[in-house]
Amino acid sequence: MDKFVTFTGVIAGVDRANIDTDALIPKEHLKSIKRTGFGSALFSDWRYNNDGSNNPNFVLNRPEMAAAQVLVARNNFGCGSSREHAVWAVIQYGFKAVIAAREGEIPAYADIFRNNCGKNGLLTIELTSAQVEEIFQILGREPGVKGTVSLEKQTVTIHTQKGDVVYTFDADPVLRNKLLNGLDDIAETLLFEADIAAYEARQ
Amino acid sequence: MRATENPTFVGLMKKTLFDKIWDAHVVKDLGNGEVLLYIDRHLVHEVTSPQAFEGLRLAGRPVRSPERTFATMDHNVPTDENRMNISDPIAKAQVDALTENCSTTRVTLFPLGDDRQGVIHIIGPEQGIVLPGMTVVCGDSHTATHGAFGSIAFGIGTSEVEHVLATQTMRQTKPKNYRVEFTGKLQRGVTAKDMVLKLIGMIGTAGGTGCAFEFCGEAIRALSMEGRLTICNMAIEGGARAGLVAPDQITFDYIAKGSRSYAPKGEALEKSIKEWKKLYSDEDAVFDHSITIDVSTLAPQVTWGTSPGMVTDVTGVVPALDAVPEYSPAGVRAALDYMGLEPGVKMTDIRIETVFIGSCTNGRLEDLREAAQMIKGKKVAAGVRMLVVPGSEAVRHAAEKENLDRIFLDAGAEWRFAGCSMCLAMNADKLRDKERCASTSNRNFEGRQGKGGRTHLVSPAMAAAAAVAGHFVDIREEI
Repeated sequence: MDKFVTFTGVIAGVDRANIDTDALIPKEHLKSIKRTGFGSALFSDWRYNNDGSNNPNFVLNRPEMAAAQVLVARNNFGCGSSREHAVWAVIQYGFKAVIAAREGEIPAYADIFRNNCGKNGLLTIELTSAQVEEIFQILGREPGVKGTVSLEKQTVTIHTQKGDVVYTFDADPVLRNKLLNGLDDIAETLLFEADIAAYEARQ
Repeated sequence: MRATENPTFVGLMKKTLFDKIWDAHVVKDLGNGEVLLYIDRHLVHEVTSPQAFEGLRLAGRPVRSPERTFATMDHNVPTDENRMNISDPIAKAQVDALTENCSTTRVTLFPLGDDRQGVIHIIGPEQGIVLPGMTVVCGDSHTATHGAFGSIAFGIGTSEVEHVLATQTMRQTKPKNYRVEFTGKLQRGVTAKDMVLKLIGMIGTAGGTGCAFEFCGEAIRALSMEGRLTICNMAIEGGARAGLVAPDQITFDYIAKGSRSYAPKGEALEKSIKEWKKLYSDEDAVFDHSITIDVSTLAPQVTWGTSPGMVTDVTGVVPALDAVPEYSPAGVRAALDYMGLEPGVKMTDIRIETVFIGSCTNGRLEDLREAAQMIKGKKVAAGVRMLVVPGSEAVRHAAEKENLDRIFLDAGAEWRFAGCSMCLAMNADKLRDKERCASTSNRNFEGRQGKGGRTHLVSPAMAAAAAVAGHFVDIREEI
């Protein structure tokens, strides 16, 4: 896994709650046995018309969103199927971070999706619903606005015409360390082979 | 006095069932709340595994415990008579990849054409692969199904599949405990499916995020294993990665009967049952969340939107935009636009064009019996197509032995071979744009059963009754 480095990129907002992994990548794109080639399938039911042409009304098809690197949505993002293809599609489209909203008791991300993101170096940022609402307001006023995401500082800085707006976010220390150092989980776990063998011997 | 003779499962602290199984599987504490958790059973299918096997190959790593790993093809396989000749070359490549991967790594495979093939979450219990007290994972979110045995079972992504293949462990932080108690006695015609849909309607599809559900109470105790499997199956639709039920005599009888090739037999089974009887939540165990639902007045449930939590009684109506606490008015509006519905429409006035009976949620023999009972001697309404897809080849054979296939065929339904089929529509079984379906599956997301398709989730008996009437009916009035 590549190390997560601070970046600045265009922010795109898909203004919906409960965006499920079937929406992120519909099933007809799950038949590949490869780990690549999923970027064009991201949001395909929404992004393309039935004849395969681009749906001009879908936010990612707007010209100012062409190089978007930060994806913003409402709560419970990534619910549903465990398909990691959804994460591969988000990354291979060009996104490096997702921002979603915690809305009271309702979490920003579904568990399996958030886990899958962590395994692939896609940063999942959780902000409050008020903060995410504010970001959608900014995106409405300034489509194509850029933001800088720093995992070291745990900040998202949106570079608006009136100046920078900074949001800080929490990060799980274990995951943060993994992302910043690009650690390979399996290699790390295999260091505990003796513990695993000892556990098996006890059974 | 409850004995503490087995330190593996019983300690001094009051523990939940989940905690007991979890603690018994911790290989190592990794700090910061993360543990290395041992995995007893790893179930594998063709869609989420090829990249994992490829990862192992590239890194030169073997499958650590092939004897704990079981595979089948279910998601993309055709369910018609030509199923052995997969015409979609990409789907065929995926099926072939699983065959090749299992053969080179010595993983047990139940291939297409084998009598033990079927939806992975149907065959795990059926073959006795999953047993109480185990940890079970699979690259599929409906893995929670297996929690019905009193095991910790959850869905994982492909990176985690690779991790489990390589290490037989997972790096995990412990979820919270969420107690879901169902009290009272179900009315005739109301099923496990209705119970779990009701729960999701109450707590929303993120209500259980970060948690494991323990389903308990007299209404759970009264359920067959099939019913418990249905409820645990949809834990993920309530946001919880895992859902479990403490094992009891119903569990033990299920494991003892039939030809569950991988389950212990005779004396070994007796010994195991003695251990499994220790699998329950201690009386004063503390849960982080809890909810109690009285099922005695529960009506059959029907979803009206594009999220499993968008659900109401069959006697109800499509709600007003601002009358659904777990969803915003804009979210409800978008769902209704997609579904082609308006607030105030009576659920029993909604006409359907297709009926799908099957899936890991409701593709077991009991489900097919309930559906068959509703449709016996009747005909599928004009203009309605009905697909009945057994969850496994074993279910298909058992159903045919009881002539259930005849009942469905005589009514005008299609009788298929085993597979996931129209639950996720990866094969040829899918809805057309705007086609409306009564489905016994688990997800009514946009496009789930085919782009533009409109899904209403219901129980098998409700689906069968809708096939006959052409619209939803309150089956309590029919039986």
